[in-house]
This record gives sequence, structure tokens and C-alpha cells, in this order.
Amino acid sequence: MEAAVPGARLEIIPNGSPCAQHSLLVGDEHGSAVARFLRDDPLLRLDYASNMTGVDWPDTVIKEIVKVKKVVEGVEKEIQETIQKNKPGYLEAVYHLYSMELKHGPVILRMRTKDRGEAVRLPSLTPVWRSAEFQEREAYDLFGIVFDGHPDLRRILMWDEFKDFPMRKDYVAPDDFEYEPTPHDQVHERAKEHYPQTSGA
Amino acid sequence: MDERLRNELSRQGIFTTTLEDLYNWGRKNSLWPLGFGLACCAIEMIATSMARWDLARFGAEVFRPSPRQADLMIVAGTVTKKMAPQVVRLYNQMPEPKYVIAMGACAISGGPFKQGYNVLKGIDRYIPVDVHIPGCPPRPEALLHAFMTLQQKIDEQALTGPNRPRHLVAGAPSEFPVPQFGEHDLEPSQNPQVWHPPALVRPE
Repeated sequence: MEAAVPGARLEIIPNGSPCAQHSLLVGDEHGSAVARFLRDDPLLRLDYASNMTGVDWPDTVIKEIVKVKKVVEGVEKEIQETIQKNKPGYLEAVYHLYSMELKHGPVILRMRTKDRGEAVRLPSLTPVWRSAEFQEREAYDLFGIVFDGHPDLRRILMWDEFKDFPMRKDYVAPDDFEYEPTPHDQVHERAKEHYPQTSGA
Repeated sequence: MDERLRNELSRQGIFTTTLEDLYNWGRKNSLWPLGFGLACCAIEMIATSMARWDLARFGAEVFRPSPRQADLMIVAGTVTKKMAPQVVRLYNQMPEPKYVIAMGACAISGGPFKQGYNVLKGIDRYIPVDVHIPGCPPRPEALLHAFMTLQQKIDEQALTGPNRPRHLVAGAPSEFPVPQFGEHDLEPSQNPQVWHPPALVRPE
């Protein structure tokens, strides 16, 4: 593949779970070329994109415990230190590809945006697999991934005037809470706000 | 009229009635539903209208494809926020007298999607509902029971006095405001004329 698409950033992301469905991370600047190669290569012939979805990876803080040698009060000691790293979040588009002709698959293709704010553009794979058209619209609607080269990128489930992206982790749903007889967890917290007299119940 | 006198007269071959009885008898036995379904409850509604359960026994077999010819709206299924304005608009287009049955958990409260962001938490937020049916989906028997409940409700209505039907009250609303698509939610998110958040009264 590296020979067919020179300069493409490729990375295999292993999946440690029993299904062992490893996936292929592709740099977004070569997304279309890699997709065309996967579809047209005679040994692969991945002619069917069965599923396309989005994933939201929010900004995270990674804590690492590192053992450092330091001189404390004149004595060299080994001390555990916690290092905090801010890992910027991104949005991810995941494609599940099969070959109808050669009867193999799935190959899982991933592309990542640069961040979750402004740079949320990815190349559309609808010109390669027509079946991705509505599903890319859905990913645009719910996650806010903008697909360059999509023929008709509009909201598909929510109305056109809608501004939010409901499947993002930081989405806050409108507060139209109504009494429930057995509130629990998050619903219980909201019930306390709306019905303070029942907070002890 | 005295019940015994009426029985006595009918034994003599003279049938008496009141305008109220006649009027309500006509209303309750020709409820023409609007033929539309929103989700799986519609399948049960269709089954109710077919031969096995036979909604025609109640004078309600003519599902009308136009709201102008319908008396009864059966909200059969999940009302998404994107669909809610159209449901209210259809209700507004129906002529009086008109009735609403909210069928199934979704139509009465949002059901399993109650905690979601895109499902209306009950159609009674925008239009007045006469009969609520719980169930997911309710069986055809439940829909028939709702029909009989509605017929009973119509039958018991007096045509004069404070409890007369809405279409006989001058100035009572026949149309209800259609919600607009907002940037985050429907605007308004409920019609305060029709719907009030449930007040919670807990015995001490």
C-alpha cells in the first residue's frame, strides 16, 4: 500500500479484545487515494462499505507515574512523580469495508480530524463508495465532521436549523425534564433540581 | 325525561329521545380516524382495523387520508422533535369536533426515548389528548378499549353547561400553535395552555 500511495501516513491500531479486529489508521490527506487503492487493488477489491460511523474522543489528561532519581536533602533517592499530559481530542470516522467479489472482510479504515473545534474536515469517501453518502451525512449531523467532496452534505436526522452535535461527549441536551416515578443516577440529579422537595426520597 | 315513562312509551311503540342523546350518539359512532402512523404502534393500529379485531364495529373503520375528513387523530408511535410540528399542523387542519388518542409509551411520555435529545416527551405537550394508552406497543384490545373510553366520554358530555365539548364553547381554541425548529430545541418546548409539568404531591 505504501508503494501504491507514496507518502501516506498508515498505522495499524491493534484491538486487544477477543474479536481482534485491528484497524488501519490513514492520514486524512491521503484518505481518498488509499480508499481507491483498497477498492481497486485486485488482491483486495474491497468494493462494499457496509458501515460508516463517527467516534468522538474528547480532550483527556493522562497521568503517568514515573520514577525519578533526585537529590533530596543531600541523599539521592528514587521518587515517584506524576506527570500530567494533556492529550488533545479529535473526531474519528470509521469505515467497515468488505469485498463482495472475493468474499473477505471486514477491513476497518479510520481517519482522524486534527481537533474537535475548527479543523474537523476529512475527505469524503462517498465518491469511492456510494453507500457512505447517507452515513457521512449522519456523521456530519451528529458529530460535526465536515466531509470535503461530499455531494450533498446536509443534516439528515436533526432539522436544518439545529446547531449542536448531539453525539459529542460534551453535548448538553435541552432541559425538558419531566417527573419520573423512579429516578436514578443522572435522572435523579436532575429530579433534585426540578423537584427539590423530593431530594431525600 | 323520566326513565320509566320512556320505557312505558317505548312499549307502546313511541320512541322518545333528546337532542343531546341523538347528537352524542351520532358523534360517538362515526369517529373517523386520520390514517397515519409514526412507528411500530401503527402496526397494531392497522391490525385493529382489520378483520380479527374489526374496528368497524365501533363505526371507526374509515381511515381518512385527509385531515379535513377526519375526526380522530391516533398518535400511533414515537413523535420525534422533527415530526412534532407536522403532527400539530395536521391536528390544526382537522375540523371540529376532533379528538386525540395518544397510543403507546412514546406518544404519551417519550417512552424508552424519554431521556434522549430528539424525542418529544409526550404529544400532550402541544395538543390536548383525550385518551392515553400505555403499552409498548399496546395490543389491539387496548386500542379498542381506548375507543370505547372515548365513546363513553363523548356520550357523557352535556351540550350545555360548563363541561360542554370544546367546539361548542365560543372562543375556545380549535388550533394550537405549531412549534418552530430552534437552534437547540423546539420553540416553545411545550404549550403552557395545554400542558403543565406534573406537580408532585407526596403524602407526609
